[in-house]
Amino acid sequence: MIARLLIRRGGAGEAPRHEAFEIGFEPGESILDALRRLRVSQDPTLAFRYACINANACKECMMLLDGKVIYACTARLEAREMRLDPLPNKPLLRDLATVIAPPDERLG
Amino acid sequence: MLSRKEVAHLQADVLVIGAGGAGMYAAIEAARRGAASVLLVDRSLIGRGGATVMTQMTVAAAVAPDGEDHWRYHLADTLTAGRGLSDPKLAALLCEVGAECILEMDAWKVGWARDGDRFAAVQAPGHDRARCVYVDFLSTGPAVSRTLRAQVQRVGPAIRRIGEIAVTDLVVQDGAVTGATALHVASGQALTIGAAATIIATGGLTRLYGRNSASANMSGDGYALALRAGATLVDMEFVQFFPIGHLAPRLIGMDPIMWDPFRYKLGGRLLNGAMEEFLPRWGGDAENGKYSTTRDLATYAITKEAEAGRGSPSGGAWLSFTHVPEAELRGAFGPVIDRLARNGIDLTRDAIEVSPIAHYHMGGVRVDAAMRTDVPGLLAAGEAVGGANGANRLSGNAITEAFAFGRIAGAEAARIAAAAGTRAFNAAAAAPALERLHATAARGMNTAAMVERLQRVMSADVGPFRTVTGLARASVALEALRDELGDAPPGVPGTPQDLTRLDWFDLRQMILVAEAVVQGATARTESRGSHQREDFPEQDASWQVNQILQLAKDAARPDLSRVAVAA
Ligand SMILES: Cc1cc2nc3c(=O)[nH]c(=O)nc-3n(C[C@H](O)[C@H](O)[C@H](O)COP(=O)(O)OP(=O)(O)OC[C@H]3O[C@@H](n4cnc5c(N)ncnc54)[C@H](O)[C@@H]3O)c2cc1C
Ligand code: FES
Repeated sequence: MIARLLIRRGGAGEAPRHEAFEIGFEPGESILDALRRLRVSQDPTLAFRYACINANACKECMMLLDGKVIYACTARLEAREMRLDPLPNKPLLRDLATVIAPPDERLG
Repeated sequence: MLSRKEVAHLQADVLVIGAGGAGMYAAIEAARRGAASVLLVDRSLIGRGGATVMTQMTVAAAVAPDGEDHWRYHLADTLTAGRGLSDPKLAALLCEVGAECILEMDAWKVGWARDGDRFAAVQAPGHDRARCVYVDFLSTGPAVSRTLRAQVQRVGPAIRRIGEIAVTDLVVQDGAVTGATALHVASGQALTIGAAATIIATGGLTRLYGRNSASANMSGDGYALALRAGATLVDMEFVQFFPIGHLAPRLIGMDPIMWDPFRYKLGGRLLNGAMEEFLPRWGGDAENGKYSTTRDLATYAITKEAEAGRGSPSGGAWLSFTHVPEAELRGAFGPVIDRLARNGIDLTRDAIEVSPIAHYHMGGVRVDAAMRTDVPGLLAAGEAVGGANGANRLSGNAITEAFAFGRIAGAEAARIAAAAGTRAFNAAAAAPALERLHATAARGMNTAAMVERLQRVMSADVGPFRTVTGLARASVALEALRDELGDAPPGVPGTPQDLTRLDWFDLRQMILVAEAVVQGATARTESRGSHQREDFPEQDASWQVNQILQLAKDAARPDLSRVAVAA
């Protein structure tokens, strides 16, 4: 099966743009599985955040799928176009990564 | 924005690298012992980045009412599991101080499960009695992390916590560690940190393997940081594989070692591709519904059975609970049964596939009973430390180890910081490491693909079963990766959340750590605990020695030597 991911690219202050990636997948795989594989096979510069990969324990992988907040590691891939955006209410770092650390646990 | 020359600098009495169980306990203890400024950094979010928050269930400690258990019994089991290689002093601290920490965590309201007026406890394989306390199935880790983080916050301004800081090098002056350099991942900026005492609490090295149970942050950084600073590593060949890591079908929202608690509570049956019991064929007992097989034996049996062509379709073994009545399954794991259903798994009907997965590292930084390394100013704690668990770790011992060693290291770091005569951080000593953080490679490289290649090499040839040929092949492949990596990271310094650059800094550590594992494994021509040599299948009494590694200044690879096991 093939998913078409429309991924928001760029950093803070840049004009928003979306880039499309096609990626094959096995049923049951997560959006995070696809993002990690995209970095290996198509574009290593893609920015997002994650730590625990499977466990839904670190809560780092939050982003928007078609406008709704999801955890990338628990949302499943589907054989259709899926639009990914960074969290809208957090400062943007780059691509899908935003500043999510509590204010008193950040540098500076 | 800071210019190239003005690098942000942080100063502390005590720097703690890694905010897992060990790091948070160390920070709390250092502040309690009088350190006025403790800096707790993590490359991810505080309290969420490592293995601690993922811990499943069991925490081993002799905390049963008087007379029913004693830390000495726990110690005896720990030493037996370590197969002659444990440092008995470290193992004793794990068992004795660990039990005190478990009680302190109770006072901090972690919520250890109760059985009447005592702690509820399960008996894990290798323990002589029910000694593993827990919060709840699947939620011990989150509870432990939350409790420690709350306690860190309660300490107040003496502990400053900063996430998104990946330490890349330690700063060494006249043979002593005076601080560190780091990459602030969020901004891409370089950073220096000065500290009278530095504690490595970076956890293990599971990311060296493609199939692993922990987070993406476990690149073995602490081992590489210690080696490069002149400290000694011990027992690096002893990587623990968890036998029944989830293999198929794809399961999300749960970590891959989730079947362990199921085995504790319900036993379960391990079956080969033909749905036959096979543990007895490889020296295990017929479990008869009880979870009694130790990790190394189960890893061996599952791998051998699959190699003999009798594995499950994806190359592991079946784990089946289909014989357990649905009511019993629901009673034990109600909400989880629903989560499994969302993954299309019905345990009353379906067996699932499992196979060994990299899980924990017995080896690590060599320390004394105060968690000091051989380098003044540098300590280590938690899974980053080698030696307490010898050739194999008992389940439940890792969280206890993180707490106990964290507490001891924190106290010692506070003492060092208060003592006169520690060297002040000198920015000049950080220059070479800063230069690397500001560099850009002439050519691009796909560091994500290189990480995957390293993982394939390690999984294929440096897994639980090793041969001289496979290890030599791994060594050549690692050398090639090292050449490819070069001296400078790709991309532009100062790019926010630049995973390509971060992977480069990770690979620099991962390759060194992988080579240390390969070196130890190649030299140890016997099989013991988690290190199994197919070309030397027997345990050999003359190998009851530790292997240590040290990195000479400017050398590419560490030197290996043998030392007698500590008395
Ligand atoms: C899924 C799973 C289940 C487990 N279940 C159990 C169990 O039931 N019982 C048990 O006893 N043990 C269990 N373990 C093992 C146990 O969780 C770990 O050994 C223990 O938590 C290690 O604690 P730590 O503080 O040493 O390291 P960690 O908790 O791993 O923390 C290390 C921290 O260091 C950070 N870090 C790493 N490198 C750097 C760097 N360069 N700069 C800055 N920060 C860095 C990481 O982001 C991480 O947050 C389990 C492990 C896993 C993965
Ligand atoms: S990667 Fe940890 S919650 Fe998604």
